[in-house]
Amino acid sequence: MADEPPLPRTRVVLGEAAARRGPADPARTDLTEGTPIGDALVKGLIRAQLALALRLSLVVAAGLGALPLLFAAAPAVGGLKVFGMNLPWLLLGVLAFPFLVLVGAAYVHWAERNEQDFTAVIRRPER
Amino acid sequence: MNPYLVPGLVLVVLITVAIGAYGLRFARTTSDFLVASRSVSPAWNAAAISGEYLSAASFLGVAGLVLRYGVEVLWYPVGFAAGYLALLLFVAAPLRRSGAFTLPDFCEVRLRSTRLRRLATAFVLFIGCLYLLPQLQGAGLTFATVTGGSYVWGALLIGIVVTGNVAFGGMRAITFVQAFQYWLKLTALAVPIVFLIMQWQSDGRPPVTPPAGAVFPAATSVVIERDAELAGIGPVSAGETLHFAAGDPVPRVSTVDAKFGADWLQPGGDSGLFGTYSLILATFLGTMGLPHVLVRFYTNPDGASARRTTLVVLAMVGLFYLLPTLYGVLGRIYTPQLLMTGRTDAVVLLLPEAALGGGHLGRLLGALVTAGALAAFLSTSSGLLTSVAGVIFTDVLRPGRSGSVREFRLATLLAAVVPITMSMFVSDMDVSRVVGLAFAVAASSFCPLLVLGIWWRGLTDAGATAGILVGGGAAVLAVLVTVLGADLPSGLAEFVGQPAAWTVPLAFLVMVAVSLLTSRRVPADVSATMLRLHAPESLRS
Repeated sequence: MADEPPLPRTRVVLGEAAARRGPADPARTDLTEGTPIGDALVKGLIRAQLALALRLSLVVAAGLGALPLLFAAAPAVGGLKVFGMNLPWLLLGVLAFPFLVLVGAAYVHWAERNEQDFTAVIRRPER
Repeated sequence: MNPYLVPGLVLVVLITVAIGAYGLRFARTTSDFLVASRSVSPAWNAAAISGEYLSAASFLGVAGLVLRYGVEVLWYPVGFAAGYLALLLFVAAPLRRSGAFTLPDFCEVRLRSTRLRRLATAFVLFIGCLYLLPQLQGAGLTFATVTGGSYVWGALLIGIVVTGNVAFGGMRAITFVQAFQYWLKLTALAVPIVFLIMQWQSDGRPPVTPPAGAVFPAATSVVIERDAELAGIGPVSAGETLHFAAGDPVPRVSTVDAKFGADWLQPGGDSGLFGTYSLILATFLGTMGLPHVLVRFYTNPDGASARRTTLVVLAMVGLFYLLPTLYGVLGRIYTPQLLMTGRTDAVVLLLPEAALGGGHLGRLLGALVTAGALAAFLSTSSGLLTSVAGVIFTDVLRPGRSGSVREFRLATLLAAVVPITMSMFVSDMDVSRVVGLAFAVAASSFCPLLVLGIWWRGLTDAGATAGILVGGGAAVLAVLVTVLGADLPSGLAEFVGQPAAWTVPLAFLVMVAVSLLTSRRVPADVSATMLRLHAPESLRS
């Protein structure tokens, strides 16, 4: 045994890992290799997510951010009573929080949908 | 003294140490210490993030501010909660996908710049200290107020418990400790408020702002600590004790700044739109730049779960913030003497006994809220210490990949020494104001870095550095001027006291402008980085 010549080194790749990498998937190759198509796809996703985030922050800016201006411009609004509470207390002390959670939930829903759409485009079998 | 108090406080410290020790059994590697091996479920993680976030400023400070200033300061709790919405919309999932562990890591991943990384490290340490200091201070003051003990021992005790817990358990244990402390804090405010509202009903719903001004609900003695002018009574000097019978009007004190009547009840007072919008900007955008908040996002398994975790945090934090406002409002009725002494931060601690009397119920609930306050100090300072220690460990000690647990413990000690020592010497700094300034610094340094870094390919290291230096530096200067108490002309004082409204846009502007000028420095691998930040993990093979 000792005098047998050493075998040349070979690279061992686990069959499973090699199989998982799969045959060249054109869309995925576009992504990882940074081809113009892949770049455009990612840019589209980023644009969609950013537009969603900006739209929802506009909702918050209009819903909450406008309140100080409103109270300053129309002091009478600050004196209104709803359910025995002054309107500003009800808006800021109570309703602001469920409003924020609702906007957050809407974002999570739509952001995940954007990602699913993106994944679907990448995974779409070649026709 | 309240007989339930000491057992309650000892119990909280013991449970904290016990959960920390239990977590230690699972914390074996450095990765366990730093990021809980990235295996914490969203529900646990959300409770831990909320527990970590709700600090003394939220638990005590918000109620105290409401008691003092009324509707204007409701923007604090709204902003503290809305900060998580901004974090969710712009940062949560991409940040998790970046695979970075700290803010300096993010700089390296996105912009490949060591110089920027060092600058970010300096800012993390500054914000961490600025935020840790008032926590320890608040702990010391609470101990002094409630137990009559000394301020120094209170601050030192909390400092040692927190340092030990972080050094020996790391983040794995901290996750469990903080999840427990969120529920403790919520319970500690929610249970007493039920009894307080029932008491208010059975007292015949006394009005919060009676037309004739606030009156003492019971016979009260007030010890004068500083010379002042009392409306309707005249000048008083330090050391005098004033006695008031039930039903006597509460005199206004010249040295205490507070609002009364319609000013308290309705917005549009003298604080001005600039101050309000500055506060909104600082709190909405500052949360995402706080180092102890960000570090928790790395413990999520993937980007989608980071998003869901943030949504749960938003709901949990929002639920909590419904409560302090009620304490502030009821404090107006049952503890109006705080408006004379100016110690409005104590309203949550004193209200149960003041409203329900010195019986068993009042004392038991009093001990419960104090235990909640202790939990608030413990959890926030633990989280801060973990993140600051993490940054010292990876960026200052730089042990490389073979970093040992012992070095992490050394980093924890280093991170704890400065704020604990400082807290011994500054006992009269205003707690909630310093916390607000930490938000302003975070909003004008890390918020533009994160938002532009995640959404704009054109950001360069030179642009980021310039933006942080100019915007963050201006905010740091404003903080130092405010904390050191320099005299400023009144027009300038508002700009410096609430700097976010001009430092945040400034930071964004400088960052964009300098990046455009140095556009050839955009990292070559920006496309790959963007793909990694935004593509779902399921596409990675």
